[in-house]
Amino acid sequence: MALGKLLSSQESGALGRPRSIWSTLHLDPILLALLLLLVGGGLFVLYSGADRNFAVVEGQMIRLGVAFVVMFVFAQLDPAIFRRWAPWLYLAGLAGLVAVLLVGVGAKGAQRWLALPGLPRFQPSELMKLVVPMMAAWYLSRYYLPPTFSRIVVGLVIVLLPMFLIIQQPDLGTSLLVGMAGIFVVFFAGISWKLITAFFGMVAVSAPLMWFYVMRDYQKQRVLTLLDPQSDPLGAGWNIIQSKTAIGSGGMDGKGWLQGTQSHLEFLPESHTDFIVAVLAEEFGFVGMMLLMAVYFLIILRCLYISVTAQDSFSRLLAGALTMTFFIYIFVNVGMVSGLLPVVGVPLPLISYGGTSGVTLMAAFGVLMSIHTHRRMISA
Amino acid sequence: MAWGEFKDTVAERRLFQRRALVMLVLVMLALGGLLARMYQLQIVEHEIYTTLSDKNRVQVQSVPPPRGLVYDRNNLLLAENRPVFSLTLVPERVGSMDETLARLTEILSISEEDIERFQRRLNEPRRPFQEIPLSYDLNEEEIARMAVHRHRFPGVEVKAELVRYYPHSELTAHALGYVGRINQNELQRIDPVNYAGTNYIGKSGVERFYEKVLHGKVGYQHVETNARGRILRVLERENPVPGEDLQLHLDLRLQRKAHELLEGRRGAIIAIEPATGGILALASVPGFDANKFVTGISVKDYRDLSESIDKPLFNRALRGQYPPGSTIKPMMAVAALDSGVTTRERTIWDPGYFQLKESGRRYRDWKRTGHGWVDLMDSVAESCDVYFYQIGVEMGVDVMYDYLSRFGFGEDATLDVAGALSGLLPSRDWKRAVRSEPWYPGDSVNMSIGQGFFLATPLQLATATALIANRGEWVEPRLLKDIRGDRPVEEFLPASTHKPLDLKNPDDWEYVVDTMEEVMHGTRGTARGAARGASYRMAGKTGTAQVFSLGEDEEYDAEEIRERLRDHALFVGFAPTDDPKIAVAIIVENGGGGSSVAAPVARGLFDAWLEEFPAAEAAQVVGQAETGGEG
Repeated sequence: MALGKLLSSQESGALGRPRSIWSTLHLDPILLALLLLLVGGGLFVLYSGADRNFAVVEGQMIRLGVAFVVMFVFAQLDPAIFRRWAPWLYLAGLAGLVAVLLVGVGAKGAQRWLALPGLPRFQPSELMKLVVPMMAAWYLSRYYLPPTFSRIVVGLVIVLLPMFLIIQQPDLGTSLLVGMAGIFVVFFAGISWKLITAFFGMVAVSAPLMWFYVMRDYQKQRVLTLLDPQSDPLGAGWNIIQSKTAIGSGGMDGKGWLQGTQSHLEFLPESHTDFIVAVLAEEFGFVGMMLLMAVYFLIILRCLYISVTAQDSFSRLLAGALTMTFFIYIFVNVGMVSGLLPVVGVPLPLISYGGTSGVTLMAAFGVLMSIHTHRRMISA
Repeated sequence: MAWGEFKDTVAERRLFQRRALVMLVLVMLALGGLLARMYQLQIVEHEIYTTLSDKNRVQVQSVPPPRGLVYDRNNLLLAENRPVFSLTLVPERVGSMDETLARLTEILSISEEDIERFQRRLNEPRRPFQEIPLSYDLNEEEIARMAVHRHRFPGVEVKAELVRYYPHSELTAHALGYVGRINQNELQRIDPVNYAGTNYIGKSGVERFYEKVLHGKVGYQHVETNARGRILRVLERENPVPGEDLQLHLDLRLQRKAHELLEGRRGAIIAIEPATGGILALASVPGFDANKFVTGISVKDYRDLSESIDKPLFNRALRGQYPPGSTIKPMMAVAALDSGVTTRERTIWDPGYFQLKESGRRYRDWKRTGHGWVDLMDSVAESCDVYFYQIGVEMGVDVMYDYLSRFGFGEDATLDVAGALSGLLPSRDWKRAVRSEPWYPGDSVNMSIGQGFFLATPLQLATATALIANRGEWVEPRLLKDIRGDRPVEEFLPASTHKPLDLKNPDDWEYVVDTMEEVMHGTRGTARGAARGASYRMAGKTGTAQVFSLGEDEEYDAEEIRERLRDHALFVGFAPTDDPKIAVAIIVENGGGGSSVAAPVARGLFDAWLEEFPAAEAAQVVGQAETGGEG
């Protein structure tokens, strides 16, 4: 925790002083600096992962620009607004998910997009990554904490309902992230360890049932491939073998920027989207991976600090859950690319090419900054 | 708070802090776990994945060396390499093989045969990603059509390769041999590394004997490929070492002359330079176009060649084993003189036949009326059989065998002539072993005039004749004259193994040469007609080999059959007598008499070699000098 104190030292003194430019802008300079560092470095990796296609980098810069604007807008909103709107946003989100199932458009056999007239195409499921923890935090923070068993059940229903709808699209990755975001709220709210143990017990029991009744064939295939990639080295196992080869051949200090043979010679699939961390690992080696993990860890650390110093339970629960969602992104993506987890469509946060998740993530950081900069001038 | 329930904000904050701490620990463990995984992949198993990655992208390709060229003694190209475009498929990259083949046949003319051969090779063991040729020698239109449709055929390429070409193949096929596709047997024999990129191997002749020298050493290149197998760049290249260029003793002009002289006949000519043993001409007529064999001959063409009654594929010069007939008489004369069985002065009465015993079987002389009193000189000049019957019986098989084997009969005495046969030099042991019979004196009678069991190839006859021309000095026949480059030719030629044939009286050589000269220039010499008007002295011996003895009742209807039952005409000889520059052996199958048919052929060769060619060269030198002067 020494590092956490170091990160927060300059901030704690600021409370007594006149409002700084950062408080006026409702931005957290430390978090902002870390995010810019991450995004800046990520663009270099993306340039390589996209095989020197600058158009891809340009597109990503535009999306990130939009995302930073969204973050800035969210940071201006008082956390109370989020709390007030949470139930309505939640209901709207559910309606959006149902609409996606009925009239949604999509690609690759999945319906994820909603094209409403007069609005840009968007994924309601993406929105739910923010709204579900808001809703759960809103519900649980209305009562004393830790919550009673029945409230936990209600909280879980709030989480599971959208999850179920998203699985139907089908989109395992997003439903996982949405679910985790909600579950983290329940966890932070103080669900008892006994129940947590029971929950994991239930997961263990229900896993076989999921396998037979819920999971789709291609999802099962991903799990099987994870267990034995060599069983189908040119088919589904190809991705994992090639990404492990890319990572492993990077060695300690990597092959050098733009020198990764796996990615540039097209052996590595999805090298600028979900598998971009393999490009980084191949070209910058273990050193590069340690740096990346360090930046991610510092971001998480700062966000946890913001969560802990938040002034009310709603803010704390929401901030904590959003922080952990960010962490889940990292863990699932890097775990999947390095062959520890099955292949699910989870991008490497703020580095993988692709707009929607980036915008959602930056919105979440906006929420965190809002929580941090809208604290009342009372003793902490 | 306005939520109607009592909230202990301090307790809630503490609770949250504890939970946040738990999460922080979880995050640290998880990120630490990911880093541990990275450590495992990138540091611990780095070698494995580096290998995998290199295997992914780097392929080793063999670069076949260009095959050495073959020149004649005047540096005229006899065997070269020319680019041929063939259609190759890499089965690993071809999606559906059947569909691809079907679509290819739509745009190119691919024969059933090609497809059959391709399917066969597809099922044979091979290296992964090795290309298999489907169709050879595409013409320009086909190449263009393939270029247009290329995108439809992944894994199908038009590939240029250097393929052997013989510009004078009809003349040189039997002397040079030819290369062809490596077959299953050869695949087992060759060094798989050195032949990694090679599709052709010497099948016969010089191409076969000097395969190692001509082939060279394979080169390699490491190429970087992408996931679709396209070559992006060459990382490293070790150039192949080209095969050595050979220069042969063979003279294309003489080779052409030999073919002209045998035009319309079947037969063989061997010409040797006695001083060097170099084979100046090696002709077997009719010849064939070896170029057809290089990329794979069609079944029909092959049937035409192999079933032809003229046997164009049969190398008569090296593999034709004929009874030498009277051409053996000079060698017999050497044997009889040196063994003391006869003398130059000894004369024998030839009544036209020879009998071992009173009232025994009569061995007839070719001249029914007999030659009368003859000495050795007369017997060679007039080809008297009775004299040789007499000395043959007196020498007996063992002495004859001993001397004739020292002339190179019954063995392949060549240094570098692939496929030369040994003929058959009969001996007492041979007859007992093969025929389970003792050697009868009658066998000696037959052997003395080169009949009976005795068989020799034209090359063996030429070798023995060259030995006489050299007066007993052995110089084994050879084709290789020189290697282009710095290395001495001795490095490539096998060592000679024969000891000189030393006679007790070395002057006997001159005497035997004189008898052969008498054949050409004597008033009763059998080949005097062929030597008439020559500006130089020559030595020779005619011969006739019986093909078939007809029974009295047998009749021969067809003109064709009659022609093919006629005796073979033979001739051996050399010129000029005192300083031999060329020794020849000639056989004209079913030619009839050696003196009337074979001897004029020899004269033609001698004239060409001793007069025509030097004159033409001199004219050229003068011509050059004149143009030089004008300039």
